[in-house]
Amino acid sequence: MTYIAKPKLHHPKLPANALGFTRRDYEGSVSTLCAGCGHDSISAAIIQACFEIDLPPHRLAKLSGIGCSSKTPTYFLGQSHGFNSVHGRMPSVLTGANLANRDLVYMGISGDGDSASIGLGQFAHCIRRGVNMVYIVENNGVYGLTKGQFSATADKGSKSKKGAGNPDSPMDLVSLALIAGASFVGRSFSGDKKQLVELIKAAIAHKGAAFLDVISPCVAFNNHAGSTKSFDYVREHNEAVNALEFIEGKEEITIDHDPGTTINVTQHDGSVLRLRKLAEDHDPTDRASVMNFIQRHNARGEIATGLLYVEPDSEDLLDRLGVTKRPLNSLGDTDLCPGSGALEKINAGLR
Amino acid sequence: MLSRVEKINDFVIRLANVNGSGSASANRIFARSMIRMGIPVGSRNIFPSNIQGLPTWYEVRVSGAGHLGRRGGYDMMVAMNPQTWDKDVAGIDAGGYLFYDSTKPLPSSKFRDDITVVGMPLTEICNKQYSDPRQRQLFKNIMYVGALDALLGIETDESEALIKELYQGKDKLIAPNMEALHIGRDYADQHLKGAIGLKVKRADAVGDRILIEGNAAAALGCVYGGATVAAWYPITPSTSVAEAFAGYCKKLRTGEDGNNYAIVQAEDELAAIGVVIGAGWNGSRAFTATSGPGISLMQEFIGLAYFAEIPAVLIDVQRGGPSTGMPTRTQQSDLLLAAFASHGDTRHVLLLPADPKEAFEMSAQALDLADRLQTPIFVMTDLDIGMNEWLVDPLKWDDKKRMDRGKVMTHADLEAGKDFGRYLDVDGDGIPFRTYPGTHPDKGAYFTRGTSRDRYARYTEEGPAYVDNMERLLRKFETAKSLVPPPVKIDAPKPTKYGVIYFGSTTSAMDEAILALNENNILLDRLRIRAYPFNDTVIDFIKNHDHVYVVEQNRDAQLRTLLLDTGKVDPSRLTSVLHYDGNPITARFIVNDISLKHGMNKPPLKESVS
Repeated sequence: MTYIAKPKLHHPKLPANALGFTRRDYEGSVSTLCAGCGHDSISAAIIQACFEIDLPPHRLAKLSGIGCSSKTPTYFLGQSHGFNSVHGRMPSVLTGANLANRDLVYMGISGDGDSASIGLGQFAHCIRRGVNMVYIVENNGVYGLTKGQFSATADKGSKSKKGAGNPDSPMDLVSLALIAGASFVGRSFSGDKKQLVELIKAAIAHKGAAFLDVISPCVAFNNHAGSTKSFDYVREHNEAVNALEFIEGKEEITIDHDPGTTINVTQHDGSVLRLRKLAEDHDPTDRASVMNFIQRHNARGEIATGLLYVEPDSEDLLDRLGVTKRPLNSLGDTDLCPGSGALEKINAGLR
Repeated sequence: MLSRVEKINDFVIRLANVNGSGSASANRIFARSMIRMGIPVGSRNIFPSNIQGLPTWYEVRVSGAGHLGRRGGYDMMVAMNPQTWDKDVAGIDAGGYLFYDSTKPLPSSKFRDDITVVGMPLTEICNKQYSDPRQRQLFKNIMYVGALDALLGIETDESEALIKELYQGKDKLIAPNMEALHIGRDYADQHLKGAIGLKVKRADAVGDRILIEGNAAAALGCVYGGATVAAWYPITPSTSVAEAFAGYCKKLRTGEDGNNYAIVQAEDELAAIGVVIGAGWNGSRAFTATSGPGISLMQEFIGLAYFAEIPAVLIDVQRGGPSTGMPTRTQQSDLLLAAFASHGDTRHVLLLPADPKEAFEMSAQALDLADRLQTPIFVMTDLDIGMNEWLVDPLKWDDKKRMDRGKVMTHADLEAGKDFGRYLDVDGDGIPFRTYPGTHPDKGAYFTRGTSRDRYARYTEEGPAYVDNMERLLRKFETAKSLVPPPVKIDAPKPTKYGVIYFGSTTSAMDEAILALNENNILLDRLRIRAYPFNDTVIDFIKNHDHVYVVEQNRDAQLRTLLLDTGKVDPSRLTSVLHYDGNPITARFIVNDISLKHGMNKPPLKESVS
């Protein structure tokens, strides 16, 4: 149960990161999700990524909507403030939080019901605004908490647990994020922790709207034959387009070991995304060709995963608004209140 | 024989125009010219939801005595819109005046014989003077202002000065506007001398008062109150709050390394309040401005902010509802919507400004209250306050005042080992401490959620923990009573058992109505409510009077409902006076309705005459 905290004790020889924290310091409460749920693997990947990049846990704010996926922020980074908000409306809450304090890392956790159905508008608009965040959709194509209804990302013809076929076309959030102007778009699979951890690390370092669509099978309601979001189906149809290695800016960059098939993308903070190409016709810095690439894969029923698109010189909402570099929530009376003298002048202009 | 209304500095003129014809700036020059002569003037736009073509009216109340609410009726009609001619002429008070464009002859059936008709061939003069159709239209407006100057005795110098101010920076426009003004004035001087019995006379009754719209004043209140985040969605009549905030911030809040504010025009009202709540959660002062339909959309989020205890300020510029209702008309019909916003049990703090000056003060105060009480605070203005220019005392700010950020536990507090429970009532006032995200590496983090939790913010669905929390929220609401602006009580000249309660934009009409009621020997003690929850003195006022009238601008007596809910008083002691046709309430309406009802409320004579 969520109110059961994990014991703080851990093995004395657990490796520590640069902050002296062990992986355990990035954990949260015990998960209440079903055993084997893909979402728990994603939480584990978030823990691993934050541990590896030496992120002070309290400098991250985790926000979510409503649903199984949105419960998960309780299960990682217990020293972070969290906000389990309103169904489909996490993006706006995260946007406001981001405006209030630009110095924290913002992680939005959502699901396919939360982001592709009730919250489709907010999803698209917060990406359109370039909010500096990592937005993860834990995508299982099904409503878990209400027991097995199709969500808007369920593929046409995919079978429900009771055998009914989904009549509607799926909403592809990767395509939508690209159209809306996301400057970092990735897709992964909860069963591929290695790929996912690197994507999360790169997304945190990215400035702007970073979106990760993570296929995360629902073991209770959507893991049967005929479902296109089952572990077996996703493993069979997973087409990784590249292998990502995230290199923090503080490390020295070594020479490309495999020129021609490796691309180095340097982000604004100096971090380098080293991408080993697996798909010949994929260029992760060309939005139009990536959209084309994704559409072709979708049509073939293949799930393209990896770092699909990145804009190295991206900007974020606060840049666009020209907001001060100091966190707005730290400004005091002298910064904010123009005082009686200015008011006298305003009065004088209104006579 | 025709009687004529003969009045100095005390009359109402209504101008009928076509929306988008450029009349607005001309009408403003007309009203302001009189204010510059030291005469108090209240002016109101009555306009449609339209950009061009539909009828619009501008009502000017000239009152040396300083009554700036609507009086009711009008003494003179400036009829510039053929579409509404019949209704406009029919509405003139007997003995009043009709000023019209006499270029095209009209049959006598189009006039009345109990009013004075003053014709001026405006179109003919314009067509002679100008060849460009747009100029013919625009200068016609300034021309009638010139004519009105002459007819009413307005000093042309003042109109001229206003034209110069209006077109400062577009200097080419000054001379032709002056010319049109003079043509109008000279024609009226030569041909219409003494035609009108309404006159203005220079006075000294304006003082240092300013002319400001409530929306601009509320926006300025948010600047002074320290709001750093604004999120909004365009909706009449609140749009100009956000626009004014942006304008003031640009001038007053630009720091050395960037803007000390952030404004997001959201995709809808749901996102607007979401941004406000996210910013409030993270320690910024944030507000949204909207109207009734926006509040309807925000319900779920408002419930979350109440239950999760997140500061937020909502400026509700009320309009005629329900549904799209009358977007450009005024009402006070969102009280219950706002007071109980959300599913489940909620109660919200409402501030009720009476004019732009209070809109300024209460918007700033709302930001303090939101932080202090950690809850949504509504500033309930309306279209009448928000979109009309009101003559009010100059805005004032005390430089010694500091923002009240409420109960926030700092890094030092946590380091010192203070017990932090996000929903722990440490002071007995129902208000817990909070921490801002990112405060401390291993203390003070908590999880915010709409689901129930214990005093330490740990998820629980246990009944007693839920009830404990809901009871504390009620205690917090009780605390709010002593923090919100108290009511304003004004006693009748002599002791009386009768009272009247009102709030908001009704105030100016009420102030005038009370004089007429006094003259009619209906003596009422007055109580102007300025906030919900009600201060105890409100209920005392009701208990200390045999009978109380509750005047409000909605159909369902929403304030009365709140009073009965709070005070548990006998409903028969509260009689409603309700005005909700979408136009601001008038002094005449209040006088007539209370006089009528007072006859029925008077105790029966002990000795009946048989």
